[in-house]
Amino acid sequence: MAALTPAVVPTRAAWLRNRWVRFAVRRTGRLLVSLWVLVTASFLMIHFVPGDPVRAALGLTAPADLVAAKREALGLNDPLLTQYVHYLGNLLHGDLGESIQSQLPVAETIGQRLPATASLAFLAFGVAIAIAVPVGVAVAVATRRGRRRRTELAFAGTSVVLGAIPDFLLGVALVAVFAVNLGWFPVAGRDGASSYVLPVLALAIGPAAVLARIVRVEMLTVLETDYIRTARAKRLPALRIHLRHALPNAVTATLTLGGMLLASMVAGTVLVENVFAWPGLGSTIVQSIVSKDYPLVQGTVLVYGVIVLIVNNLVDVALAVLDPRSTIGDL
Amino acid sequence: MTNRWSRVLKTPVGIAGVGLLTLVLLLAVFAPILWGDKANAVDTDNLLAGPSADHWLGTDNLGRDLFYRVLVATRLSVSLALLATALGTVVGVLLGTAPLLLGRRAGRLVTALVNLLVAFPGLLLVLFFAVVFGVGAKGAVLAIGLAGAPAFARLCQTLVAGVAELEYVAAARIAGVGRFRILLRHVLPNVAEPLVVNVTISAGGVLLSFAGLSFLGLGVQPPSYDWGRLMQDGLAGIYTHPLAALAPGIMVIVAGLAFNLTGEAVAGAFGMSAVTRFGQALQVDTGETPASDLRHDADADRDLVLDVRDLRVSFPGAAGPVHPVRGVSFGVAAGEAVGVVGESGSGKSLTALSIARLVEEPGLVDARHLTFCGTDLLAESDTDQLLGTSLAVVFQDPMTSFNPAMRIGAQLAEVGRHHQGLDRKEASDRAVDRLRAVRVREPERRARQYPFEFSGGMRQRAMIGMGLMGSPRLIIADEPTTALDVTVQSQVLALLQDVRREEGAALLLISHDVSVVSDVCDRVLVMYAGRIVEDLPTADLHTRAQHPYTRALVAAVPDMATALDAPLATIPGHPVDPAQMPVGCAYAARCPLATAVCREQDPALVADTSGRRVACWHAGEPIEMVTAEEATA
Repeated sequence: MAALTPAVVPTRAAWLRNRWVRFAVRRTGRLLVSLWVLVTASFLMIHFVPGDPVRAALGLTAPADLVAAKREALGLNDPLLTQYVHYLGNLLHGDLGESIQSQLPVAETIGQRLPATASLAFLAFGVAIAIAVPVGVAVAVATRRGRRRRTELAFAGTSVVLGAIPDFLLGVALVAVFAVNLGWFPVAGRDGASSYVLPVLALAIGPAAVLARIVRVEMLTVLETDYIRTARAKRLPALRIHLRHALPNAVTATLTLGGMLLASMVAGTVLVENVFAWPGLGSTIVQSIVSKDYPLVQGTVLVYGVIVLIVNNLVDVALAVLDPRSTIGDL
Repeated sequence: MTNRWSRVLKTPVGIAGVGLLTLVLLLAVFAPILWGDKANAVDTDNLLAGPSADHWLGTDNLGRDLFYRVLVATRLSVSLALLATALGTVVGVLLGTAPLLLGRRAGRLVTALVNLLVAFPGLLLVLFFAVVFGVGAKGAVLAIGLAGAPAFARLCQTLVAGVAELEYVAAARIAGVGRFRILLRHVLPNVAEPLVVNVTISAGGVLLSFAGLSFLGLGVQPPSYDWGRLMQDGLAGIYTHPLAALAPGIMVIVAGLAFNLTGEAVAGAFGMSAVTRFGQALQVDTGETPASDLRHDADADRDLVLDVRDLRVSFPGAAGPVHPVRGVSFGVAAGEAVGVVGESGSGKSLTALSIARLVEEPGLVDARHLTFCGTDLLAESDTDQLLGTSLAVVFQDPMTSFNPAMRIGAQLAEVGRHHQGLDRKEASDRAVDRLRAVRVREPERRARQYPFEFSGGMRQRAMIGMGLMGSPRLIIADEPTTALDVTVQSQVLALLQDVRREEGAALLLISHDVSVVSDVCDRVLVMYAGRIVEDLPTADLHTRAQHPYTRALVAAVPDMATALDAPLATIPGHPVDPAQMPVGCAYAARCPLATAVCREQDPALVADTSGRRVACWHAGEPIEMVTAEEATA
């Protein structure tokens, strides 16, 4: 990635001297490299599979001429480089190939299923943040310097347990209690707002607990800093000290972790979707892995990867805006 | 090491973790031997039955007992998880140590790759590898192991980087020891402990991932079964028998927690050692200290901005409260510049902080009398307005005392917004004006900048400017120049002087540097072990100091007349630990004049007719100069 850094020369163009411009250039460069690695990996995936992927997909009983035709159609007989160039070219046109099983264009299947997954992940992220930040800040302020030991213990215990329960187990438990026993929400499927409640909670609660702990720890650290002492020396109202002076400085680590959590929530949908029979990409990827529908797997993995990359980069940008120091590393 | 392990077992987390882990491992070893047959016994009369006396958790679609199946599944679940963890660790360590083994260029490539992979959620990598290695237990171990490798590699890189910079590793490298040998002999043994702890913690995570993969149907395949598989089978019947899905899930959590808690407890025991040592250092009771320097009648008739009498600060220690400030009394007249000198730990900064009401819990500030501008700070409940506008505080480290995430101008302006009722525009105009007043060039532009764009000296100016947002009657400057370059120091001191003159503010300057104080201040308070030992005009400091400690401090400052080849004068001995305050004069142990009375009775701070005060049984007696060499000899 070093090659993408603008060389440090005195005669650098004026626009490159701007911190933000250089930040943008660097991040874009990094994003492009990551994208390239991702695309290449998803292209190579099918070639890493031991044996003949088409034979594996169609089963041992499939007639040889069908396998040969399929291989031809997928271009697997061409030289690797030709296939690669083809793959890249098709990608640029939004062509992700065709499913071996359903014969449908992969892009179409993904296009149908992506909204269900994306809405689930982003809602869950929003809920996690909305729970974690106020709780973390409040607990930090309340338990500062060894005050209210019991609150601290209760918080620590609850958050450790909730954070340790994986989302799909939580999903199963939520279904058992709130859908089967109490009948408040549907057991499965995506049908109206109420069907979102349990999957969103299953995805959000664990990360919210982890995030709240981070927010608390970060806040505790920040509250002990010299600049908070300065703010107290200015006799500002407590609320302003906590929200305006402390929180933005606690947000750096929170957001870094929050970004990772969002990325892992996107992936976590795979499991949660399977618990709730959610008609999203998660069910698609599992089914296609089991049925060895490689073009569909390739496409889905690629889309998941791209979403994660976008999320990571959005977090970087948000960090840069909130905490200008984080761009210094790019100077 | 044994000590640490026993410490692990003393914490509740450690007991729970190790207890659970032992249980899980025992189950993994013995459950298949004891109940393997029962778990596979087909009971065609009880297909998909609910919980009963015979089958505590009910049965599956072949009538097999789910309770025993959950117990027996422990072995496969745990062993597969451990296998994947081991694989991930080995690959991770190889990747993580690659920069060390392969040299800089290839190492950087590996590092870049690891950084890229770490950014992807583990589950996505698992799915990717699951495609490559195929569905099944073997594929799942490979997939989960390899997917976990980048995280381990990152951890390993961090740990190794810390060690590789150490001098003995550099020495080994210079001595021509091979890279592989350096890694094995010098680096790995030093990162082993944290690595093992982290591996233990992540084994819990791997266990969960494995359950997830089996739950998706991509892991263990029938007729084998692990917890994830059992959960998937149970999910189909969740309407009728939720326990069939929940029970294996609970086992997954228990086992995951067992690894997690054990790892955390071990990590905690490693990290906590520093804390316990600190606690022990604070042991030893101080008891009540003898009556202190209450008399300062000379101050009574002056116009006092600040009047402090019998100020005490205490902190809870391991064995009773510790008193770093023990009865300090002094006054600051309007416009007066008073210096407070003393070694670190003498309580001078704490005195300043408690006057500014900035000592926080668990610290306790008490005084017989503490008034600022005529207001009793201890009795009055709402002093924010007064302190916010009339008291300016300049802290030691300008690099850390500004909020890094706020523009300088905004940090100044908020004082005006909150205490002076200015609107946004007026406040920021005033901020710019104040920056100009402290000689910050281009104040409009500077106000829009962040602290990291300011140099240290500039920040200290801005900090002084922040104090000038109101109309300060007193400026407390706590070591304002200690963190600055020498050339900048004098500029900042000059600025403080100017500001004081222009605003008519008094100055309380805390410093360990006698020469700084004597340049700026009218009067000097010398503090030792939480008390004022001498209070005298700056003009008298070099010639007429009475207390042996003051005289030693002054003698320790080299001047132009000091011979360059003579050893630097020092004060023999060490400052007193506030937790171990001696009976009698705290300075007695280091004092060349100390006699029996000094070790038994603490001298009071007594004022003479001119208002100078000193606390010494032998004030003003001649001292034979002792050099550092003789003192240590």
